[in-house]
Amino acid sequence: MNRRERQKAIREGMAAAWPICLGYIAIGLAFGVIARRMGLSLLEIGLMSLLVYAGSAQFIAVSMLGAGAGFLPVVTTTFSVNLRHLLMSSTLSLHLNRLAPGWTALFAYGVTDESFAVNMDRFSRGGWGWRQALAVNHTTNLVWIMSTVAGGIGGQFIPAGAFGIDYALIAMFISLLVFQLRGRLHVLVAAISGLLAVAIAVVLPGNYYILAASLISASAGLALSRVERLRPDKQGKP
Amino acid sequence: MRSELLLIIVGMGIVTYLPRWLPLAFLSRRPLPPWLIEWLDFIPAAVLSALILPAVMTTGEPRRIDLMNPALWVSLPTLFFALRTKSLAGTVLAGMGMYWLISLLT
Repeated sequence: MNRRERQKAIREGMAAAWPICLGYIAIGLAFGVIARRMGLSLLEIGLMSLLVYAGSAQFIAVSMLGAGAGFLPVVTTTFSVNLRHLLMSSTLSLHLNRLAPGWTALFAYGVTDESFAVNMDRFSRGGWGWRQALAVNHTTNLVWIMSTVAGGIGGQFIPAGAFGIDYALIAMFISLLVFQLRGRLHVLVAAISGLLAVAIAVVLPGNYYILAASLISASAGLALSRVERLRPDKQGKP
Repeated sequence: MRSELLLIIVGMGIVTYLPRWLPLAFLSRRPLPPWLIEWLDFIPAAVLSALILPAVMTTGEPRRIDLMNPALWVSLPTLFFALRTKSLAGTVLAGMGMYWLISLLT
């Protein structure tokens, strides 16, 4: 791939990142305001966004720090909140085989719920490579870092919720979910997963509901597709 | 910068990075069995649905089901819009517009 093609790939990735950036600006500003209120300096806010780069975990961590929690509770909570990325990286690995270890390590840093959703959509439609995906991850990362620091500087002066920006990520997830509904089984898996997630979310604290509902519903989908294949009228067909 | 906080942030960074990196480092280096590929094919739909529904159907801490959450009522036309147009940009902008409108009215 020559230089011009590489630059084109990076531009494509950056262009695909815009809905995520909108959402991250809204959440990042809010995080900056809260982190500042909890006594973190601008440098500490920026460093946390750079080294951790995980929205919900950062919110939980600063509220725990504000309540006086120390190393072990904050780090173990962060681990449990971010364990769900295991599933997303496993799925992304299907499309990143033969990528050099160094690039893989850099890519892994930017795996979030949002970049996963956008990249999986693009990968499955084709014409998407690791350069585009990497550009999505790191454009959104840069926007996240800048938004959280900006929120720490003067986020309280920006009116919250203007233009419905708080809804940007949910609207993006809904649209990407529609793209994923490629057949009856996928619709069924999504329905099971969503309802199960709600049921678990009201019973258990934390966000294990994402991991648990996804694991169970995807397994149900696999089982159902196997059962369908065993039915006598379908035998012989792939 | 306070050194204890620095230590916490570095610790958070490490435990966040490992689940992101391990599957990519090890799964992408070998051929996966067909059942695993088929299973992983369901994951995006499952994850997206598990992210959306609790976000729009529950509120509070501890969480409880809240059918008056404005995001839930905006999500229905947003879903319809997405199904009809299959447009990511259009859906995001339409959803934001409707959510904004509701927040101005209530």
